[in-house]
Amino acid sequence: METLHYLSLGFGVALQPENLMFALIGCFIGTLIGALPGLGPANGVAILIPLAFTLGLQPETALIMLTAVYAGAMYGGRISSILLNIPGDEPAMMTCLDGYPMARKGKAAEALAISAIASFMGSLIATIGLILLAPLLARFALTFGPAEYFALFVLAFATLGGITGKNPMKTLMAAAIGLIIATVGIDLSTGTQRYTFDVLELYEGVDFIIAIVGLFAISELLFFIEEKAGAGRGMIKVNPLKLNWREIGMIFPTTLRSGVLGFIAGVLPGAGASLGSFITYTLEKKIVGKKGYFGEGDPRGVAAPEAGNNGASSGALVPMLTLGVPGSGTTAVLLAMLVSLNITPGPMMFTQNADLVWGVIAALLVGNFMLLLLNIPLVGVFVKILSVPPMYLLPIVTMVAFVGIYSISHSTFDLYFMIAFGVGGYILRKLEIPLVPVILGLLLGPEMEKNLRHAMQISDGDWSILWGSGLSIGLWLVAIIGLLLPVIVGPILRRRMQAAKATTQD
Amino acid sequence: MFVAKSIRWVATAAVALTATSAFAFEPTGKVECIAPSDPGGGWDFTCRSVGNVLEALDLVPASVQTINMAGAGGGVAFAHTVSKRAGDDQLLVAASTATTTRLAQQQFPGMDADMVNWIGAVGADYGVIAVSQASPYHTLTELMDAMKEDPRAVKFAGGSANGGWDHLKVLIAAKAAGVENLPRIPYLSYNNGGEAMTQVIGGHVDAFTGDVTETQGFLNSGDLRVLAVLSEERLAGDFSDIPTAREQGIDAVGPNWRGFYIPADVDDDARQYWVDALDTLYASDEWKQVMQNNGLMPFHPGSQEFESFVKQQISDIQTLSQDIGLIR
Repeated sequence: METLHYLSLGFGVALQPENLMFALIGCFIGTLIGALPGLGPANGVAILIPLAFTLGLQPETALIMLTAVYAGAMYGGRISSILLNIPGDEPAMMTCLDGYPMARKGKAAEALAISAIASFMGSLIATIGLILLAPLLARFALTFGPAEYFALFVLAFATLGGITGKNPMKTLMAAAIGLIIATVGIDLSTGTQRYTFDVLELYEGVDFIIAIVGLFAISELLFFIEEKAGAGRGMIKVNPLKLNWREIGMIFPTTLRSGVLGFIAGVLPGAGASLGSFITYTLEKKIVGKKGYFGEGDPRGVAAPEAGNNGASSGALVPMLTLGVPGSGTTAVLLAMLVSLNITPGPMMFTQNADLVWGVIAALLVGNFMLLLLNIPLVGVFVKILSVPPMYLLPIVTMVAFVGIYSISHSTFDLYFMIAFGVGGYILRKLEIPLVPVILGLLLGPEMEKNLRHAMQISDGDWSILWGSGLSIGLWLVAIIGLLLPVIVGPILRRRMQAAKATTQD
Repeated sequence: MFVAKSIRWVATAAVALTATSAFAFEPTGKVECIAPSDPGGGWDFTCRSVGNVLEALDLVPASVQTINMAGAGGGVAFAHTVSKRAGDDQLLVAASTATTTRLAQQQFPGMDADMVNWIGAVGADYGVIAVSQASPYHTLTELMDAMKEDPRAVKFAGGSANGGWDHLKVLIAAKAAGVENLPRIPYLSYNNGGEAMTQVIGGHVDAFTGDVTETQGFLNSGDLRVLAVLSEERLAGDFSDIPTAREQGIDAVGPNWRGFYIPADVDDDARQYWVDALDTLYASDEWKQVMQNNGLMPFHPGSQEFESFVKQQISDIQTLSQDIGLIR
């Protein structure tokens, strides 16, 4: 009942004309970014953060726009998967398996429509899940003391690589780089400066936003300069849409199952959307069995991963909003945004910034309808934009990044810093070291350190406080499972994914 | 002949004009106010709200432009004011207890409080010590007695770094109450007061140290029990039920003031103008309204006293920081 009251409050915020407009802009840009191969949701949100600062948006408006970008990117990822057989982002990989064959059979429009409907259903189910679960978890969050938080952060790091991560060593290195950068600045627990070398600008540590925009947006630009990939790509023509209710009915149970499963995968910290789309596809294939023709353009094979990854993306917001622990790379970027808006995620936010939290949740629902409308009739527009050469898009991105970062602090030092991060990000990507763990290390490292030291202070140096409660023991167990599972199951799953992909490409 | 005459006339007029402006300074054109933080913080609020009221009272000819210059907890702005703006009489810089704390602990390398002019305060937020509703402590005296037995008996959570203002408030109160071995008192530093309060209410840490306006939400919901406010007298309004530390026999006062400094090498007239302007502002109804809307409490030492207040606060903080071994 209380939830309904807050939700109506949230709709009051989300339906303000300004917020509606920015939600629509966010949905549109998000879909676009998702559709561009290589630009994932984390990059998308990172690129648009400076825009939010440049426009001087209210915190709720900024956050509504960025969550809309996030949701839009999850929708958009499927477009290039289906039309180009290149996933727009990692979670959309599974959509290639049946989406591209469908498109080759001349059913591109149907594949796009089905995946849009499945995305919509997945998001809807997960947003409802978020509405039901988040307030419960927020109250529960009061039972999290330093020891429990520490275990939770260990869990987040343990599941970092996720099941689809390629090289665990490189993931670990990336996280370590993030942790190293995070030690710069004042040490809260002793009040001393670390690695600041009397440079005043370093006293407050490295700003997450500058690191994120540099690592993602600027390195993207450098990649572009290197590749000079000016021309658009050849792609399949989109046929006129012929979709009947029977076909939508056929995918309905699939989307329902996959949405729920995706949501659960998303709620687990670290697991995220890739896992969501992978397990839903595999499960759906098992359930349908021999009656289906998975891998050869089965609509259910398009619907399942799309419902799964959209469900997971909303699910990942649950730990981010309630505990301040991001469930994925993109939510980590959103978390950094919250922190720089002076809003502390966690149980406090649900009482003290109720209009903001519920405004964002309501905006997710509204945005989801917008995205469905954008993605069925307007899919042709996105397909056209996909063929616009990036030489026009990336300079705009760069300009927005520079203006935005400068408008935060009015400091040229920050601009140099951003460029340095861009160059660093470029080198890391060349070495195939993933960037998301760097951000997670940067963001979670100080929190993890702080909670460990607090736990030690409370227990007067007794380490057993770390596994002193049922809750922390549970978290440690999940962390151990999260650490071992990818090592054991990962290679098997990846081989199957590769095999499945190889067969479709033959 | 005619030309020479007019030149002489113009020259006389010019001399006369300079003479008047030398007697009474008045700002011309745009006045700048540096907020040493990102938009949205406390210093940003100080600049913007004071700027608005100065305009409304016609104490400035045009607008007051707020410039955000974040970094090093005010250090970047302080360094900028010292090295690049000496003699600039059209510049205000927002400051607070956070500024004096960092100056006291030599956190702005090579700089000290004498390098700028301290012109006045426009209000304050007072420190509190609070516990959760379920806590066994009901008065500050009980809490301090427990700490006299064992300095590690009560663990504090606050929103500033170790050695920061929230930590210092605990030490000020403990010192006044006669607790020995101050460095042994556990202080857990959180990113902000809200996070710290959540941990106290969740029962993970024993007591909260922060500013009184931070506690409003949890005070109304009844989750938090404020044991004492570190002000000279009881506060007005919603907070009038909170006893002061002094009432409980512990002579501890901890105002987190909000005020301004201006660059060094500014004419005495200009300095006096800004001191008077803040006096006028503080007495105005417009400013009283701002204070009421934003939970700012009365705090306004007389014009000459402010500079010595700042120096005194810095030397007090220095002593405390030495006591706990933060600085030598």
